[in-house]
Amino acid sequence: MHSDVLVVGAGIVGAACARALAGAGLAVTLLEKGGTASGTSASGEGNVLVSDKGPGPELDLAIHAARLWRETAPLLEDELGPAFPSIEYEPKGGIVVATSDDGALALVTFAAQQARHGVQTQPLTADQALALEPDLDPSLTAAVHYPQDAQVQPVVATEALLASARRAGAVVRAGEAVTGAVSDRTGRLVGVRTTRGEHHAGAVVLAAGPWSGEVGALLGVSVPIRPRRGVLLVTTPMPRRIRHKVYDGDYVGATQSSDAALQTSTVVESTASGTVLIGSSREQTGFDGRLRVEVMVELARKALTLFPFLARVPVMRSYGGFRPYAADHLPLIGPDERLPGLWHASGHEGAGIGLALATAELLAAGIAGAPTMIDGAAFLPSRPGLAAHLAGAAV
Amino acid sequence: MTRVLVIGAGPAGLAAAVAARDRGAEVVLVDASDAEGGQFWRHLPAQRAGRRESRLHHGWSRFTALRERLRADPGCEILLETGVWAIEPGERPVVHVLRGPADGGSRSRRALTADAVVIATGAYDRTLPFPGWQLPGVYSGGAAQALAKGERVAVGRRVVVAGAGPFLLPVAASLSGVGAEVAGVFEASGSRALAAGWLPRPWELTRVPGKAAELAGYAVGQLRRRIPYRVGWGVIEALGAARVEAITVARLDDDWWPRPGTERTLEVDAVCVSHGFTPRLELALAAGCALGADRFVAVDAAQATSVPGVYAAGELTGIGGADAALSEGAIAGHCAAGGHPDDRAVRRAVSARRTASRFAARLERAHAVHSGWTSWLSDDTIVCRCEEVTAGMLREVRAATPDAGLRSLRLTTRAGLGPCQGRMCGRAVEEVLGTSEASMDRRPIALPVRVGELADRETDET
Repeated sequence: MHSDVLVVGAGIVGAACARALAGAGLAVTLLEKGGTASGTSASGEGNVLVSDKGPGPELDLAIHAARLWRETAPLLEDELGPAFPSIEYEPKGGIVVATSDDGALALVTFAAQQARHGVQTQPLTADQALALEPDLDPSLTAAVHYPQDAQVQPVVATEALLASARRAGAVVRAGEAVTGAVSDRTGRLVGVRTTRGEHHAGAVVLAAGPWSGEVGALLGVSVPIRPRRGVLLVTTPMPRRIRHKVYDGDYVGATQSSDAALQTSTVVESTASGTVLIGSSREQTGFDGRLRVEVMVELARKALTLFPFLARVPVMRSYGGFRPYAADHLPLIGPDERLPGLWHASGHEGAGIGLALATAELLAAGIAGAPTMIDGAAFLPSRPGLAAHLAGAAV
Repeated sequence: MTRVLVIGAGPAGLAAAVAARDRGAEVVLVDASDAEGGQFWRHLPAQRAGRRESRLHHGWSRFTALRERLRADPGCEILLETGVWAIEPGERPVVHVLRGPADGGSRSRRALTADAVVIATGAYDRTLPFPGWQLPGVYSGGAAQALAKGERVAVGRRVVVAGAGPFLLPVAASLSGVGAEVAGVFEASGSRALAAGWLPRPWELTRVPGKAAELAGYAVGQLRRRIPYRVGWGVIEALGAARVEAITVARLDDDWWPRPGTERTLEVDAVCVSHGFTPRLELALAAGCALGADRFVAVDAAQATSVPGVYAAGELTGIGGADAALSEGAIAGHCAAGGHPDDRAVRRAVSARRTASRFAARLERAHAVHSGWTSWLSDDTIVCRCEEVTAGMLREVRAATPDAGLRSLRLTTRAGLGPCQGRMCGRAVEEVLGTSEASMDRRPIALPVRVGELADRETDET
């Protein structure tokens, strides 16, 4: 079977890429080893954030991405009609809270830097913070409001992007896993072998999230992406008492850390269904998905430092998953110079939902040779920061 | 000394605890309820115990003997109102419990470890949805039975019992025993299925002494009270404005499709529905135990699961009733304490288990749920009650996301994401969606735990 582009992985990044490529008139086939939206996209909060990123290329991408979600959410709704479940796009804004004096200084400094790079930030007094979130622990030392932060229901969002991609002609093949490369005489990647046959294409996009390393190895390249586990707690539904995404200031430190040990920083928010999500932990445990009580205890303790009323609220569910973690904390978007024909779109760690549309835009423009609104050089797999990790090239 | 932790104080757990003690192990027996006995021997609290307790329960003397034996035994610690909320797998699984009344504000966390763990968590009632089933006056067979046995309350004045399986008969008998008029018992399995399973009339079982006596007891009471018993019929709708006022029953074909034109309406004020049981798998899955193709916990002759040191007994390993649970529990407890299934001490249990497992197989063949049931759901029939997800929504999303697996479908429809976490609706949701590749059985948090309880320091383990 021949397509213009094969996309490997039907999570939100693969779905967004398939939609963008099919929308540009290309014949797209999307291959997924399991069911659609069943991996990382089904195990996070659905963050569309600018608040957690410091000045740099990822922040620029995130600001652009947040705008794309704001524009795309109503387009998807119009396109798919009222019968399709809502992606629950909510531009609810985020509030980052510091609970210590040191934390207050770090937070205010960080926000001032972000403000100089295009982030809307609004420092809050304790009274202002309590006016926005009345149930916050009043002993907070500083808070910053980030109106650009938003949320989507990540699984529905993925399915909506897939539905839109199908309408543009993309073919989704679930339950079909990549088993190897199909190369031409020059060594160029011209397709993949799968558990059900062979597919040929002008380009192969690897959007397998934390499994990109495994699939990359099957195609003959090492991909410097590893899984990092994250766990969330879900409470029983209740009338909404938390109106924004509320984080403690530690969140910023954790996303930028390479430490393998358990880290937690609190992210607490309500969902459209009335549950409260409490996240999020980060640990490098390979693909070990077993429950660890220690992680849940840490999450609970930190959530209580923000919202003491949660003490009496029951947690009914915990879920977790693996986030694709790149060695230098930046996503991989663009062609793989070691293996012509291969393109990457992964490594977003916990930001894949937010960055999916922007990633797809960069990738589709790259494949079409078209110009882009923002500079994607920092995300190219050939960037200097990854050189050490790519040495040895083919495996 | 070997230390054995038994989870669940129903027939299987009690038998396991006694057998482990008999073999010299130290035993800790935990149960979330405030009394031993499990669902099967649910009874009035001691301070208002009924004099007829023994007549309302089968094997009551067996129960009291097991219970008194353990209560009097200093080598067995019985922890009631102790719910297991998580199991961390590992070389020695860590069993995390919450101690104290579930509705109280002062439960404490505690972590328990042992040389071996016997999981005997039993089963959930299974009730297939039908239009109107969320009306007040519709009860699960188990709830009606619990109210009758535990509180001496009949769920209605004129009641119908429907569903599949021999459990319908004890439900009808209990209701009748507390003064309800049972207008009929409707067994969905047709006479052909019943004949294939055992015999058209379940009380004619003769090869299973315990079971036969139990069923004969019901049957005699039933005949005496002249309760109509029909096979190949199902309740396909409950009618009423604010509560059940009537139900529609219809003849079902072999696949449980209602036969057009056979519908009849009966005026009742309550209906009790039971379609058997689904195993309560979350703790076994959390411990890492493998399931068989039938989605019960896979065990060997010693009742050992795929995880070293973890045993399973009772409904968790196959729906076989209390006799099977007692024999499996005894073998599990004995082997968890270092014994072997060939030992003299469990010879009778092994033989009883053989008989009971044949019974379970017959039960499954006779009363298994058939796929036609989904045809009696209208688009507005709620399948997941917590999140109010209708059959129509499930079908619509299935069509709109054709490549989605169960995880995506569940998160998109919200089916099974409410407080019951799919305990009640899981299998029904799977069947309406027509998925088979994954299941909703996995619940790493097996019991709701308050954020404050999680944050509290764990008390030291015993």
